[in-house]
Amino acid sequence: MKLRVWTLLKTYTVLVYIFMFAPIAVVLVLAFNSSQFGGFPIEGFSFRWFVKLSENEAIIRALRTSIILGACTAVIATTLGILAALALVRYTFRGKDLITTVLIAPVLVPETVLAVGLLIFMRWLHVPRSFGLLLLGHSIIALPFVVLVVQARLTGIRRDYEEAARSLGANPLQTFFAVTFPLMLPAVFAGALFAFTISFDNITATIFWRPSGMETVPTQIFGMLRNSVSPEINALGFVMICITVGVPLMAGALARYYMRNTK
Amino acid sequence: MPSSEQSIDKRPWLLLSPSLLAISLLVVIPMAFILVYSFYENIDLAVDRVAFQFGNWAEVATDGYYRVAIWKTLRLSVIVTVLAAVLGYIPAYFIAMTKFRDKWLLLLLLILPFWISFIIRTLSWIHIFGNQGALNGLFQLLGLTDAPLSLMYNEFTVIVGFIHVFLPYMILNIYVSLEGIDKNLEPAARTLGATPWQAFREVTLPLSLPGLAAGCLLVFVLTGGSYVTPLILGGPSDFLFGNLIYDAIVTELNWPMGATLSFTLLLLLGLVVVVYSRLMGLNQLSKAFK
Repeated sequence: MKLRVWTLLKTYTVLVYIFMFAPIAVVLVLAFNSSQFGGFPIEGFSFRWFVKLSENEAIIRALRTSIILGACTAVIATTLGILAALALVRYTFRGKDLITTVLIAPVLVPETVLAVGLLIFMRWLHVPRSFGLLLLGHSIIALPFVVLVVQARLTGIRRDYEEAARSLGANPLQTFFAVTFPLMLPAVFAGALFAFTISFDNITATIFWRPSGMETVPTQIFGMLRNSVSPEINALGFVMICITVGVPLMAGALARYYMRNTK
Repeated sequence: MPSSEQSIDKRPWLLLSPSLLAISLLVVIPMAFILVYSFYENIDLAVDRVAFQFGNWAEVATDGYYRVAIWKTLRLSVIVTVLAAVLGYIPAYFIAMTKFRDKWLLLLLLILPFWISFIIRTLSWIHIFGNQGALNGLFQLLGLTDAPLSLMYNEFTVIVGFIHVFLPYMILNIYVSLEGIDKNLEPAARTLGATPWQAFREVTLPLSLPGLAAGCLLVFVLTGGSYVTPLILGGPSDFLFGNLIYDAIVTELNWPMGATLSFTLLLLLGLVVVVYSRLMGLNQLSKAFK
């Protein structure tokens, strides 16, 4: 009896996982479909849409914008996030709970409202839409997530090492760069990767903030979707999934391999 | 740490100041400006006049169109939240309770969707339900239909698209909550004579409610604030409140109206968050990251 229920739960779980991944698998497969339409039936295997993609200047430009934007967002959000997380992990002070809530609160503001608010504020200041606005906006969207991720990882770092360094005569700055920072590096990477992904993926607020003529990858795809899904979008989806899934997976695997070898 | 004995330590505030400054400038002050702008008067495309008048608010309050949008948004958010909870609870329970050696793989697969582009995940449903989609392809292959059936661009595909994107949030939150429950409690209830179902219903389920509630809050607020999914997967009548904001700002360039609608959405969803935090506190939300 118990086994039957368990099998039922297991089947249910597998079905939910299929629901989550089947449509994505379809995109990956259709990227190699030689048909001139973006859907079924599959007529043959071909790389032609990847070649077409590499020749599409609008998409290449959008990809470049997205990568630069994501990298800059990662730098800003991770810097701010690490400082804030250090304060939360290392110190006890009055109003800490309130500050934590304030830091996480932007997550709960609907992104549409966040976007309109910042846009209207900039309009009042007579600042036109720009790459800088996108950068600031993406950073503030990513910040709460970076704080949460970094905070979770920093909690695991013991302070003994720093105290040892200090007692051996290192000044606070030396201690930070020689001891604390290397220990924090995994947290830094995790935060930066998260911030990059959030920026690279954002469309809701980006549509409001981008200056006319500037496209990121998601807004470019959104613009191309008006008629139907073109086969190039499938190929682009394949490339994006390889970047955003492949890179973290490889980084994780490398980190594990490296840790095992140094031990 | 010689100075830590002082009554007020400045260092944490120094570390926090960049983030707090950024949040004040880029989130808090802009929210105030939305309110201010909602009293301005729209004159022409992208032209507005500084004013203190209630015209925009009167329009939102009296025009039935906006009430319909609010109703549609709340309805759809509730449907998506409930379905996500129903779909998500069992996998979360399975992952938490399984003794399967490769449990990490199930967890990794759960986090994977967060790394895959939202717009790709959303448009992928066109490949399932569209005229050239997998289902129509299958139907024609089996000879069930000659012409493609029109399955796309309705409320159902919008709901499927939302659930697909938000389900991992739900599962992760419930899982975190279940994982924190003492594994001896359910067997203890069984020893005391409870049936497996009773043990689950009276011990595990109540203890997992904080995670379930956090997942529901996230899914509700995220759905209620969206406008992109209906644009990609919905038909002309499948709009949410966010779509009206998008139309007002991006299409009609009516800034005061856009501001009024944004503040309305903020109030509606803010109310949900306030009720939740009164009942549960906001701590549970951050647990999913640990």
